[in-house]
Amino acid sequence: MQVPYTVKARPDTGLYNAKIGIWLFLASEVMLFGALFSSYILLRAGSTTWFVGSEELSVPIGTFNTMVLIVSSVTVVMAWASLRMNDLKKYKLYMGLTILLGLTFLVVKIMFEYLPKIEHHHIPSTHNFYAIYFVLTGLHALHVIGGLIVNAYFWGPGAKMWETDPEQFTNRIEIAGLYWHFVDIVWIFLFPTIYLL
Amino acid sequence: MTEHHPHEPFWRKYIFSVDHKVIGLQYAITAMVFLLFGFCLMLIMRWNLAYPGEIVPIVGKLLSEEGMLTPDGYNSFGAMHGTIMVFLGVVPLAVGGFGNYVLPIQIGAPDMAFPKLNMASYWSFFVGGVLMLASFFMPQGTASSGWTMYAPLSIIAETGETIWLFGMVFLITSSLLGSVNFIATVIQLRTKGLTWMRLPFFVWTQFVTAFLLLLAFPPLEAAAVFQLMDRLAGTSFFLPSGLYVGTEVLNVAGGGTPLLWQHLFWFLAHPEVYVLILPAMGIVAEVLANNTRKPLWGYRSMVYSVIFLGFMSFVVWAHHMFLTGMGTTMAAFFQTTTMIISIPSVIILSALFISLWGGSIRFNTPMLFALGFLPMFGIGGLTGLPLGLASADIHLHDTYYVIGHFHYVVAPGTIFALFAGIYYWFPKVTGKKMNERLGKIHFIGSFICMNGVFSPMFIQGLAGVSRRLYDGGTTYLHAQPVLQWNEFMTMSAIGLGLFQFFFIANLFISLAKGDKASSNEWDATTLEWAAAPSPPLPHVNFEKVPNVYHGPYEYSTNGDNGSNRDFTPQHEAVKG
Repeated sequence: MQVPYTVKARPDTGLYNAKIGIWLFLASEVMLFGALFSSYILLRAGSTTWFVGSEELSVPIGTFNTMVLIVSSVTVVMAWASLRMNDLKKYKLYMGLTILLGLTFLVVKIMFEYLPKIEHHHIPSTHNFYAIYFVLTGLHALHVIGGLIVNAYFWGPGAKMWETDPEQFTNRIEIAGLYWHFVDIVWIFLFPTIYLL
Repeated sequence: MTEHHPHEPFWRKYIFSVDHKVIGLQYAITAMVFLLFGFCLMLIMRWNLAYPGEIVPIVGKLLSEEGMLTPDGYNSFGAMHGTIMVFLGVVPLAVGGFGNYVLPIQIGAPDMAFPKLNMASYWSFFVGGVLMLASFFMPQGTASSGWTMYAPLSIIAETGETIWLFGMVFLITSSLLGSVNFIATVIQLRTKGLTWMRLPFFVWTQFVTAFLLLLAFPPLEAAAVFQLMDRLAGTSFFLPSGLYVGTEVLNVAGGGTPLLWQHLFWFLAHPEVYVLILPAMGIVAEVLANNTRKPLWGYRSMVYSVIFLGFMSFVVWAHHMFLTGMGTTMAAFFQTTTMIISIPSVIILSALFISLWGGSIRFNTPMLFALGFLPMFGIGGLTGLPLGLASADIHLHDTYYVIGHFHYVVAPGTIFALFAGIYYWFPKVTGKKMNERLGKIHFIGSFICMNGVFSPMFIQGLAGVSRRLYDGGTTYLHAQPVLQWNEFMTMSAIGLGLFQFFFIANLFISLAKGDKASSNEWDATTLEWAAAPSPPLPHVNFEKVPNVYHGPYEYSTNGDNGSNRDFTPQHEAVKG
């Protein structure tokens, strides 16, 4: 006997298992980033020498990356919607775009933000502003990398599941999409907090 | 029924298994080994408290060349005793062990909702545990800044705090995977007819516990990342400007605050206290209802209390920090919430006590341990009230009173409940009965010795003896009148250790030669006893998926369906 409700929704809860799993996981992620943001507030409130984000960090690059992630959130929904409409080709296109946008975000982040900062010796040990900047954006970047790996798997070898179990595959893309949205939302909070304020 | 898993190789069946029962046992066995190890650390510490600077018998040569426990060694052992008992012993046994094994069967499920995540959870826990143990053999040694890892001490320490933090990251991952799994399982896999108010109380406690683990651990993960950055990348999250170490100002950017660590740490660690106690309450409720042969008194109020307790446990954390100078406004808030959270605990404990009234009680070993839990947890809880009041805490903070208080909650409280659970579910897991005589000796001996270890701590604590003294307070004038208790407590601790041999022997003897147990050894109503064979079938648990028709504790229902039994199993419909 298999574990029930892995693919079909349970009638009284209206959810399949993985969907409740991912929401719980995201709840715990909210607590993680909640703690990080709270620490940011506490450190900043207790500091006499805090920097103004917009003077230290590049707002145009940050804005560009924000747009990249927002667009990738749209494409990942399109990927899922394509599967719902039984169009694997379009799914591949949109998922591919999502992956490319995610990569763009990372490349921009590393090449135009992290590396120049390290060159200018704006590293975590110099000031808590940079410490929290690197920790917050670094953990976010790790989440982006995690999402990219999952998305790339579903774009490549994982997509074979479409042949054997299209419904479960569609569910998987929905789950991956929910996670990807979360990564996006974290950035949307991160950007104004660190770059603008 | 086993057609999906026809010929599982050994490693698949017993090592990298996805069966919740095997994983539960893996958790339980690992955790029990850690509990024993953590207890041995404490025995060595207690020896030194009673006989400061004297050679430790048996293991002395391992500790130092002279055969004594060094002050640094004492600090390491203290930190690791706390870490191991909480994160590697009690929680993995209560949640990973009992939760994994019993919960899916009690709700009529074939397995957990995510069997592979379940396996990953165990192995992540295992790696975390190995890292913690490995630190004993590393050149820097183990962490030595207490199980709370308070900054800045933990950051300037040259010992194994880094490995501790890496170990914690694995343990946090493990508990995250586990808690997602538990919640999803309870919500999704309850069998037909098992509505929320028909869930056994044990399932409720595990359900709330899983929420605490899910939501309280991530802030510690954030804190662990900060502390790793402080130790490895030279940041100053927890280091204030102008911090003196010895005679020199520490060369860091500064601007951080040690209070931040305490807030993040206790935001986890206070809910963690309820993670320690809730599953224990669940086990005790199961055993009490079964052995009083009557329904739990106030099942609904217990359920509402446990949910309320879960919520409140997130807003009491700073009562650990009254002495940090965080301010009286904060203290007033947190002592109020602390007084409020005692209400649901008292409701649950009172309901359990009242459940005894009028029952025809069977005094078997699991019941004795459950009965032992009630007053012991009561003492632990009531002695906590003065600590929750900021003014009283000024005197009691960091004294042995605190140690006495939380050990009464966790040791003769939770650990007694865990023993009750082991004696109660052993026949289900193995199909064999445990030896009652050895079990009763184990109970009586443990009960006396536990009190011998922990009750003098209140006396010492009220006299003002600090909890962190390597020599037990011999150099302090105010400790002199209560110093003689150190030897008494050490002897009790050694006695406690000796009585555990009766338990260990009982486990192995019963496993090898125990009498065969029936599938419903205790005439219980819940599904794991009433509907599943002993031991339950691999991967599916039940021969036939049970439907549920009743609440969990339909005892004293004499002669339904023409039977002469005094209980109605949850999965049997009553005709007529």
